[in-house]
Amino acid sequence: MLENKDYKVIGTRPIRHDGVDKVTGRALYGADFQMAGLLHGRVLRSPHAHAKIISIDTSRAEALPGVKGVVTAKDLPGAEDRIADLGEGAVNLKHLCDNVLASDKVLYKGHAIAAVAATNPHIAEEACTLIDVEYEVLPPVLEVRQAMEPDAPLLHETLKTTSMGETADEPSNVASHIQHKLGDPEKGFAEADVIIEREFVTGTVHQGYIEPHNATAHYNQDGQLTIWCSTQGAFTVREQVAEILQYPISKIKVVPMEIGGGFGGKISVYIKPVAALLAKKTGKPVKVLMNRADVFEGTGPTPASFIRVKMGATKEGKITAAQGYLAFEAGAYPGSPVGPGAMCIFAPYSIENVIIDGYDVVVNKPKTAPYRAPGAPNAAFGSETVLDEIAEKLGIDPLEIRLINGAKEGDRRADGPVHPRIGFIETVEAAKAHPHYTAPNGKKHHGRGVASGYWFNIGLESSVTINVNSDGTINLIEGSTDIGGTRASIAMQAAEVLGIPAESVNPSVVDTNSVGYTAVTGGSRTTYATGYAAYEAAQDVKRQMIARAAKLWEVDEANVQFADGEFSSINGKEEQISFRDLCARFGETGGPVVGSGTVNPGGAGGAYATHVVDVEVDEETGKVDILRYTAVQDAGKAIHPSYVEGQIQGGAVQGIGWALNEEYIYNAEGEMTNASFLDYRMPTCLDLPMIDAVIVEVPNPGHPYGVRGVGEVPIVPPMAAIANAVYDAIGVRMTELPMSPDRLLKAMGKI
Amino acid sequence: MARRSHVQTTINGETVEFLCEPRQSLLEVLRDELHLTGAKEGCNNGNCGACSVILDGRLVNSCLVLGVETEGKSVETIEGLAEPDKLHPIQDAFLENAALQCGICTPGFIMSAKALLDQNPNPTEHEVRYWLAGNLCRCTGYDKIVRAVLDAAAAK
Repeated sequence: MLENKDYKVIGTRPIRHDGVDKVTGRALYGADFQMAGLLHGRVLRSPHAHAKIISIDTSRAEALPGVKGVVTAKDLPGAEDRIADLGEGAVNLKHLCDNVLASDKVLYKGHAIAAVAATNPHIAEEACTLIDVEYEVLPPVLEVRQAMEPDAPLLHETLKTTSMGETADEPSNVASHIQHKLGDPEKGFAEADVIIEREFVTGTVHQGYIEPHNATAHYNQDGQLTIWCSTQGAFTVREQVAEILQYPISKIKVVPMEIGGGFGGKISVYIKPVAALLAKKTGKPVKVLMNRADVFEGTGPTPASFIRVKMGATKEGKITAAQGYLAFEAGAYPGSPVGPGAMCIFAPYSIENVIIDGYDVVVNKPKTAPYRAPGAPNAAFGSETVLDEIAEKLGIDPLEIRLINGAKEGDRRADGPVHPRIGFIETVEAAKAHPHYTAPNGKKHHGRGVASGYWFNIGLESSVTINVNSDGTINLIEGSTDIGGTRASIAMQAAEVLGIPAESVNPSVVDTNSVGYTAVTGGSRTTYATGYAAYEAAQDVKRQMIARAAKLWEVDEANVQFADGEFSSINGKEEQISFRDLCARFGETGGPVVGSGTVNPGGAGGAYATHVVDVEVDEETGKVDILRYTAVQDAGKAIHPSYVEGQIQGGAVQGIGWALNEEYIYNAEGEMTNASFLDYRMPTCLDLPMIDAVIVEVPNPGHPYGVRGVGEVPIVPPMAAIANAVYDAIGVRMTELPMSPDRLLKAMGKI
Repeated sequence: MARRSHVQTTINGETVEFLCEPRQSLLEVLRDELHLTGAKEGCNNGNCGACSVILDGRLVNSCLVLGVETEGKSVETIEGLAEPDKLHPIQDAFLENAALQCGICTPGFIMSAKALLDQNPNPTEHEVRYWLAGNLCRCTGYDKIVRAVLDAAAAK
């Protein structure tokens, strides 16, 4: 096992390399891209939640002065009906195409139908209103349980449920059913002294990144397509666009601009292929920007869900069995994160008897997309609330019951994998010892709650190239777009290997022609996997430089060692040269040194978090205030602790928004009625206290420095922690999200 | 297309002339006509504060001001904040505190914080939170942003 040792660079807090650009407004995000002769594109979207498209007439739009081109689904080559893995999860390409531009049916309000390129965005917008679409409006299906009814209107005539490898005969809105089973749940429940079973409902929520989607595309006369955009993964954009346009990846270059937040929502493509189609049609570069309503209505939020959780425990607090039923709204096309939800729901605990059923169900809402630990927050809201109730029934402290049942190395998760070294118990112990948990909590209408959460994290492919400069600095070339300081956390790992300061690394995030394949910035993988690739690239540099020193001293390579930034010869004549001085002598030792590292690591260590929250409930208005918040998390090894804390704080606050206020509010016609920041109402800084982020370090054996992904798990515990605190404050169990004032007043019997 | 108007204004201390349509917002003018893309569009309706600039000493959402309204006025944007050889103390404090992640909201927060500190050099934490409530950040949970503004105030 890795020692949790001290490092020179790792664990320090240097200024991030892209910091000055980002505080001076100089950093260029997707929408900031400018080019001579640029046209502006806008997308026409469906006003109906469910309708057949009878006809589309674009002639009036095309006739508007300033309009240079209009495209519809007819301009798409038409993709095959097959599954491809294009980032964080598998995608059916036909569905992907139909989601980009609807061909036969619109399946949600906001579904893209056509797009216009014009000399300015106002003309493009005006032209959209001149496109005549004839619809046959169909009844919408807006809720997962309603969609699962046998007589529910069907979104897809050909969609049939696949369950455990079998496909049903009749069409259904249920795309798939999965099941994980461990031990004998019936026997486990029979052994329980207390059994709690509850049903939970969670609303549709959006990632809420501040930067809307954007894309600029240009075709050269030689057929080279370039796309400048904000994305979590330039390579997945290249793959998706190649599939949608049926165009070779070698002819597509994706240039990732700075990205203004993603949280999982900027992996799927929406307007990128549309910009490409418009560019092809007009022969000009075309920039397409979404507005905020487009983002809410036309991009993937994370699913609403219906969840039933049953858990049993002995009077000593040992959980004997657990059962989970998860039905997730996939949105218009299959592919909700019910799979990850089912993997994570009971993963903090070692339980012998478990059964988990998951259902992926289509409804007339936008096709859902990943959002930070996709699926796990919904699931944990159910399981962590039920566990709290069991602890209460048994008179056991809620952190104590987590210690009694906490998963450890060697325990098996219900979906199969056996845990390597994990740090769940350590997060619970740190929470228990924290002054927040031991502080008095007795005031009327004040309550304290705790909850834990798990996210498995992913590895996937990453590539890094290091060009060594003659002054002892390095240029680090990477393909991971930097959403939250990963230039720094990746650069620091290379710096540690080479014994140079973080400031001696110049990291660049480059386009798809300029670095090896790199998977998305998602799954909490970037500091882990691209950091790992940087480590390998730096090791490659080190090996080459040892050879250079050996050449210089005319000794065997085996007789050169590198430590603390110095190369020295051992066994024989005493020689020493610093990293920097050796860099200055590349010319005489064989030319430039370029190192490379590529990885596809399988050892992404799972991450655990335990949160403690104090709330105050206003019994008159039903409003919940967060008084104090402590979030403990195992980071494995925190490369740059400030940005690890930032991930923990940001994730916790997104969870607070999800818990208390955020949801898509629909009317009966399936129209989202709150598609603006004002009405969707994410947390502002006035709604919050400081968030105390506590980092626990249980090194991940699957990474040279022990890194675990940190980005996602902090959004898993907040909903249940807050619900448990609300119960502690007013004695009412909240089983529906968000716990908005109206729901709270209803639960208290006041309205 | 409506006839474009000639506007003369001061931006970051320099006299600037531009042509704009009556319907173009100050945000559009800054970004598309003058290529000052530090002010960002997050919502285009005054909800998010990513386009915050200071107009005649007053903090505004530039998406809610028309370009033609700036005639004879003075506009401060993020591009004008740093000295040629050093950052503004608020910018330094944001870097030192790691008060940004994706950075899209950062120019707006910094301009908003500047407007606050210009009129209240020693705000309490609550005053900072109250003032910055017009700026949305989705990455940080605001903790480090609030600390950065308090640090910048203390450093003055």
